[in-house]
Amino acid sequence: MNTLLKLMKKRAWGYVLATAAMIAAITLDMFNPYLVGNIVDKVILDGDFSYLKGALLCLGGITIGRAILGYLKEYGFDLTSSKIIVDLRKDLFDHIQKLSFSFFDKNNTGELMSRIKDDTDNIMHALCFGIMLLLEQSIYFIIASVILFTLNWKLALISLVTMPVIEFVVFRLEKKIGSTYEKISDQRAVLNTTAQQNLTGVRLVKAFGREKYEIQKFLEQNQENYRINVDQVKIMANHNPVIEFLSNVVLVLVISFGGYFVIGGELSLGELVAFSNYIFMLIWPMRMMGWLTNVLAQCLASVKKIDKIFTEESEITNPSNPVKPEVLSGHVEFRNVDFKIGDACILKDVSINAQKGSTIAVMGITGAGKSSLINLIGRYYDCTSGEVCIDGVNVKNMRLDVLRKNVAVVMQDVFLFSDTIEENIKFGLDMKSTDPAFICAAKDSMVDEFVCQMKDGYNTVIGERGIGLSGGQKQRISIARALVRDAKVLILDDSTSALDMETEYHIQKALNKRRDITRFIIAHRISAVKNADEIVYFDNGSIAERGTHEELLALGGKYYKTYCAQYSGYDHEFDKEVSNAC
Amino acid sequence: MPVNTFKDDEDLKESLNISIIKRLVVYLKPHKKAVGVTLFLMSCTILVELLNPYFLKTGIDKFIRAGDSKNLLILGGVMIILNAVSMVCSRSRIITMGKVTNKILLTIRQQLYTHIQKLSFAFFDNRPIGKILARIIGDVNSLNDLFTNGVTSLIPELAKISAVVVIMMLMNFRLALVALITVPLMIAAFFLVMSAARKRWQVFRKKTSNLNAFTHEDFSGIRVVQSFGAECNTSKTFLDLLTGQRKSFTSACRMGDMFWPIVEMSWGVGTILVFWAGSSLVSTAAITPGVLIAFTSYVSMFWQPIMNISNFYNQLVTNMSGAERIFEILDIEPDIKNRIDARPIPSIKGDVSFNAVTFSYDEKVNVLNNVSFDVKEGTTVALVGSTGAGKTTIVNLISRFYEVTKGEVLIDGYNLNDVTLESLRGQIGLMPQDTFLFSTTIKENIRYGKLDATDEEVKIAAKAVSAHEFIMKFEKGYDTEVTERGMRLSAGQRQLIAFARTMLSDPRILILDEATASIDTHTEKLVQEGIAKLLKGRTSFVIAHRLSTIRNADIIMVVEDGGILESGSHEELIQKRGQYYNLYTSQFRFLNDEEEEAV
Repeated sequence: MNTLLKLMKKRAWGYVLATAAMIAAITLDMFNPYLVGNIVDKVILDGDFSYLKGALLCLGGITIGRAILGYLKEYGFDLTSSKIIVDLRKDLFDHIQKLSFSFFDKNNTGELMSRIKDDTDNIMHALCFGIMLLLEQSIYFIIASVILFTLNWKLALISLVTMPVIEFVVFRLEKKIGSTYEKISDQRAVLNTTAQQNLTGVRLVKAFGREKYEIQKFLEQNQENYRINVDQVKIMANHNPVIEFLSNVVLVLVISFGGYFVIGGELSLGELVAFSNYIFMLIWPMRMMGWLTNVLAQCLASVKKIDKIFTEESEITNPSNPVKPEVLSGHVEFRNVDFKIGDACILKDVSINAQKGSTIAVMGITGAGKSSLINLIGRYYDCTSGEVCIDGVNVKNMRLDVLRKNVAVVMQDVFLFSDTIEENIKFGLDMKSTDPAFICAAKDSMVDEFVCQMKDGYNTVIGERGIGLSGGQKQRISIARALVRDAKVLILDDSTSALDMETEYHIQKALNKRRDITRFIIAHRISAVKNADEIVYFDNGSIAERGTHEELLALGGKYYKTYCAQYSGYDHEFDKEVSNAC
Repeated sequence: MPVNTFKDDEDLKESLNISIIKRLVVYLKPHKKAVGVTLFLMSCTILVELLNPYFLKTGIDKFIRAGDSKNLLILGGVMIILNAVSMVCSRSRIITMGKVTNKILLTIRQQLYTHIQKLSFAFFDNRPIGKILARIIGDVNSLNDLFTNGVTSLIPELAKISAVVVIMMLMNFRLALVALITVPLMIAAFFLVMSAARKRWQVFRKKTSNLNAFTHEDFSGIRVVQSFGAECNTSKTFLDLLTGQRKSFTSACRMGDMFWPIVEMSWGVGTILVFWAGSSLVSTAAITPGVLIAFTSYVSMFWQPIMNISNFYNQLVTNMSGAERIFEILDIEPDIKNRIDARPIPSIKGDVSFNAVTFSYDEKVNVLNNVSFDVKEGTTVALVGSTGAGKTTIVNLISRFYEVTKGEVLIDGYNLNDVTLESLRGQIGLMPQDTFLFSTTIKENIRYGKLDATDEEVKIAAKAVSAHEFIMKFEKGYDTEVTERGMRLSAGQRQLIAFARTMLSDPRILILDEATASIDTHTEKLVQEGIAKLLKGRTSFVIAHRLSTIRNADIIMVVEDGGILESGSHEELIQKRGQYYNLYTSQFRFLNDEEEEAV
């Protein structure tokens, strides 16, 4: 709420100008009945035609003025509120982007999309139509009250007698419909998530021929959505007509009490007629209250949802006194690192010392904690105890952007944007595809090899998540994206798994040439880890074996077993044969 | 169709409004009765609304002037009763119509969703998910007011207008013409402005869709964004898209907001003309002053409903593009569907043949060229070859995810085009490259392979692929919730769960597309043993790069440049000393790269 109010304050001038146009239009509006009354009285009834021309000109002027002012009012509100919403969406987006991985572990994309799109749309509706209507009706209400009180305060007071009752109904409506709108907002997020997952997993759905099941699943959510929306309609139906009724009762009050006063001689008939002419100006704002409450309640429900996200704080934050160095040399050290998620212990007492320019290979069975380990370097998560240091500085004491600029990761799940290959590789860097660094990265990652066969080269557009490319091609692009950054620490998280042997070999060779980079390589293939300075074999969150390829083979442990499994049948005769052939 | 990115606007056919309106009206048909009831209830409320000022006037003019307090009280009583009746009518009208509208939205959304399920990969390949989502959720919601107001304002207001016009015509024909003279002008100006506005609202919807697509991609790939510290950059892109969307909104508003001024001007000018012409008629005594005064009040009664109808039209224009975008998808014919005479394929034995198959995604570049092979039941086939050679394409054709361009694919002698998709795909177990898990429990994810599987069956499948052990390590075991991004699960563990899912479906043909890439060698061995036990004698196709995975296959096919270069068993191919030999030996060559360097 505070965020929203702050943003509204920023655009207050827009509202002021639009409201000024509104007040001017209403003022002009006030002259209308007066002029028409005069025309009727003087021209039509008394036959004074000299008055007609002037009066009609005035009327024309008022019409044009009202049209222009009305336009300015509408456009002013549209413009101002749309600007506020841009700010709000931007703030929300930036805030979400800053949240740590653990937030995204828990929240689905569909839901976040719903917050940033649908909920802000609801707020926009209130900021534009809601506020405009509220102001307009309030002004009319005040003007009408002033006029009515001047005409006859007693009758005016009686006319307002239903107001507290209306307010009570509105209060009840607000309470009930507010929680319904929160449900609607949640259900919409569910609907969004269900559809989004179905679309993301469409290949799976089709592979299993589960279209019918998916349709049924969506139907249930869709029907739930229907039920909640009908609930909202019912709440409106239970309150809005009551408000309308109560506002119409005012008419009855006016003629019965007005009649009583006139008959009792307290009020002249002419005064009562005048009074009755203005009474509708009082009734309309009353009737609108139900509708307004509806819009505002919807807005408040959405504000609540958004506020919840705004109160989420990133678990990974910049230190208050960051250590200065902008350029790192790349000496990475794990000192007795423990890492827990909840109660589950993922890493136990891990120490690794990776000298500048060295290669550390990480192996281990599925779920042993390999990815968790390398996630600690770029601070995607924080370790529970112990410390991770680069150049002797704890990563928690570094500025996050400096740290991450110096650590380039190729993730296990390749993620590419629906954009050109060039944009995907640059990914935010300010360079061209002709820059030496770009060309070098593209060549080293063997991207150049297949891109140069494409008709549009680096301008080839790829689909979301790299649709249209093979798994290996996607991995190559994501490697290029990391290489182009010229970071001091390079992490390859099982990112050559879809590459054929030859491509993998060439990429490795190219990487080895970049001597000043410290490398962490997670892989399952012996060929990918063999040349590392140290191979660390993980089991159940701690290091089971460590050493060079030769040392580990000599050890005859888990690494040796893996080696045998991958190269069994590779008997000595064949070995010789192969060696000779080469 | 070109690939659509988050930046590109979608193509939209310029279609006629009328046909879209007609299609929308069709949705009202099943609710004829409810619509009738709504109209009846609506007319009751309107009647009371019209009577209120009349009562007020009569009360003052007749009873109060005469000091008739008794009749005044009766009048007040009647008013209260009528308004109470109107309140009740209004309540049931809101509920009836609210139900109808929401039911229609439910129907349209479900229809759209069902239709999208039928579309082939080609459709999904070309559009970002965020854009499809925008249509299912946002565009459908935009129709809400359209239906409600179409019934509750359009029809009653039209009735009001006709009544007023008839009365005016009867009162004075010439004056009526003068009063209505601005109407055609208004309509002309209106259509001019609104057709411009319509195009702008279309742009707005497209921009909204782009924004949605980008948001979706950014949140899906947030790890990449954060790890590269690209937040500033994506934030800038977001702001650009956002600003683009806002500009399209305000540009549409600049047009759309003209709508009130146009109506007000026409109203104002119409009134002025009536006074002007009426006064001269009064001065020549052609009409009495009373007629003129009454006439002017009818003029405002005429414009009020026009205002409401125009308002509805404005809404129609604003939201029409939503309807267009929905119908555009509904009009896409699924390009892979059952033939009319398609029959379910009987239980598959597992003979797979490709007869001179040529395939192209875009009808320009052939991905597969005249590929032929025969695989006997129970064979394990390994596909090897460099990335992008066409391995995944071959297995995609076995499941008929794409239609072959030329040639035919046969299973047990049945041409795939002659059998129903459900019966075919239900018997093929495919493990795709990208592991996808739904955000639900591990148990439900595995059960997706066989919807009516018991917990015991789920466990057996998990055990077979060695997933049971790690699943039981979680506090909640099989009831552990998996989120979209697979919280707490490693990529390998996710692959194992997906494996269990495929096992559970008991496929007659198994296709593994780099399905073990993220699994360590030790676990992979266990998985393979599990598969061998469970799927004894079933045909399987395996795409892999780890030669230890490939070597045990009965037939190895080397795929290069869209064709099968060579095929045979490991021993045969090694003896042949062709491409496979090179591939295989390179593994060792790369292992000892000192030698390589020496060469």
